[in-house]
Amino acid sequence: MTEFDVLATGPLTVLCDLGRPGYATVGVSPSGAADRGAYRLGQRLLGQSYDAAALEVTLGGLSVRSSGLVWVALTGAETGATVDGRPVAAGAPFVLQPGQLLRLGRPRAGLRTYLSVRGGFGVPAVLGSRSTDLLSGLGPPPVRRGDRLPIGPVPAELAFAPVDFAVTAPARPEPTELATGPGPRLDWFADPTQLTRTRWTVSSDSNRVGVRLQGTALRRDPAHLGELPSEPLVRGAIQVPPSGQPVVFLADHPVTGGYPVIGVLTPEATDLIAQARPGDLVGFRFRA
Amino acid sequence: MTLPLRLLPCGTGGVLVEITEPDPDRALRAVLALAAAVRRDPLAGDLVDLVPAARTLLLTARPGVAPDRLRQRVVALADRLDPGDPTPPQRTVTIEVEYGGWDLAEVADLTGLSRSEVIHAHTATPWQVAFGGFAPGFAYLIGGDPRLAVPRRTEPRTRVPQGAVGLAGRFSGVYPRESPGGWQVLGVSDVVLWNPDAVPPALLSPGTQVRFRAVSVSRTR
Repeated sequence: MTEFDVLATGPLTVLCDLGRPGYATVGVSPSGAADRGAYRLGQRLLGQSYDAAALEVTLGGLSVRSSGLVWVALTGAETGATVDGRPVAAGAPFVLQPGQLLRLGRPRAGLRTYLSVRGGFGVPAVLGSRSTDLLSGLGPPPVRRGDRLPIGPVPAELAFAPVDFAVTAPARPEPTELATGPGPRLDWFADPTQLTRTRWTVSSDSNRVGVRLQGTALRRDPAHLGELPSEPLVRGAIQVPPSGQPVVFLADHPVTGGYPVIGVLTPEATDLIAQARPGDLVGFRFRA
Repeated sequence: MTLPLRLLPCGTGGVLVEITEPDPDRALRAVLALAAAVRRDPLAGDLVDLVPAARTLLLTARPGVAPDRLRQRVVALADRLDPGDPTPPQRTVTIEVEYGGWDLAEVADLTGLSRSEVIHAHTATPWQVAFGGFAPGFAYLIGGDPRLAVPRRTEPRTRVPQGAVGLAGRFSGVYPRESPGGWQVLGVSDVVLWNPDAVPPALLSPGTQVRFRAVSVSRTR
């Protein structure tokens, strides 16, 4: 069986797929890849279905040595990766030969890089998913130096026609524009256009649970200053605590929350903000 | 009769149903009745998730299901329900508790009951699972003796053991694993609420009836 010997992980490397939808009633976050689109692209490049486990690498820094021949693909934030010191292209499948060392640098833009392998990582599934859930504490723990990650059997058939190369969007203009729909408690705010007029800075206090933003505090409508009984949350929800500084929930979000939600990002916009780094500027626009 | 409700937007494919009935107990019962009605309806097959909370119910549609269909169907189901309708319990789980120590004396002070009256009040009336959240396997229980409504601890504990049985507001609950927490703890049980290898993984789900049984009174901790 082919394995990856983990020599370095960078700040945080976790296992991911599309998570555990459908268990919110019993308190389980959806979890899974923070940037769903980048994860999916990785699987398409390798011709396999969206249930193979990949690695989600935050701010680069991962080094792995493969014990066997394996097809891999890098998507998401571009890290200037090398194989045995030679640069390899992201967004295209390539082969690691037995003993070869794949090393990810630090991304110049973006935050999360997806390392997908043909066959997927063969870690045990919990509730149908191999994702690390940092909030619920389910699934495999974060990857550590010295881990040996098994690679699963290569499926006999391709789920997608093989793709040689994926054309991905060029570097994003700043600030990133995030398309949002109205949230359930939009009417709790004095002036909803305050959300769209403000340039928000991504806080360093952000993680897979949520992205904290800093800017001019959002004010509540005087008629809605009371407490909100906890209500269900979704990925992409923009929740506004009493400080007026919003939090955008990502994959490992709590299933319920007690503060009003002013808007909900589209799935694509949630992928975009999952790639925002501390200090990046973001803006919101309500979609028509 | 019909349930008074509002439909609120909640992302692509999501609808948040808010019960506008002002009384919190009646609102929660209405949420549970509507959740049970959705579960019995063919609409359930179109959903990724159905999440009840205190006065809201989230429905998340599978990709490709028209949000309008979701809205129309949930309104049609609510039209047939009454906020006073009791939801029949689906099954009963008995949880054995070693009452004593922790916040039992504090709860007795807050309620004006003796410690043994607190234990009797907690065990005599069956509870019902309203909704989950907070941690995998945790269930908010309602419908117990109304005299047991107490505020949370002013200082949350940094460590509450697995199996701790507590009160907060009008809810009771059992900690599925060791965690920080602010509930008033009456005692400890050895019930396993959460096993990710089991089907279903959670012992308690909305609609389950829970009876607590005192097994012995431990020494004051």
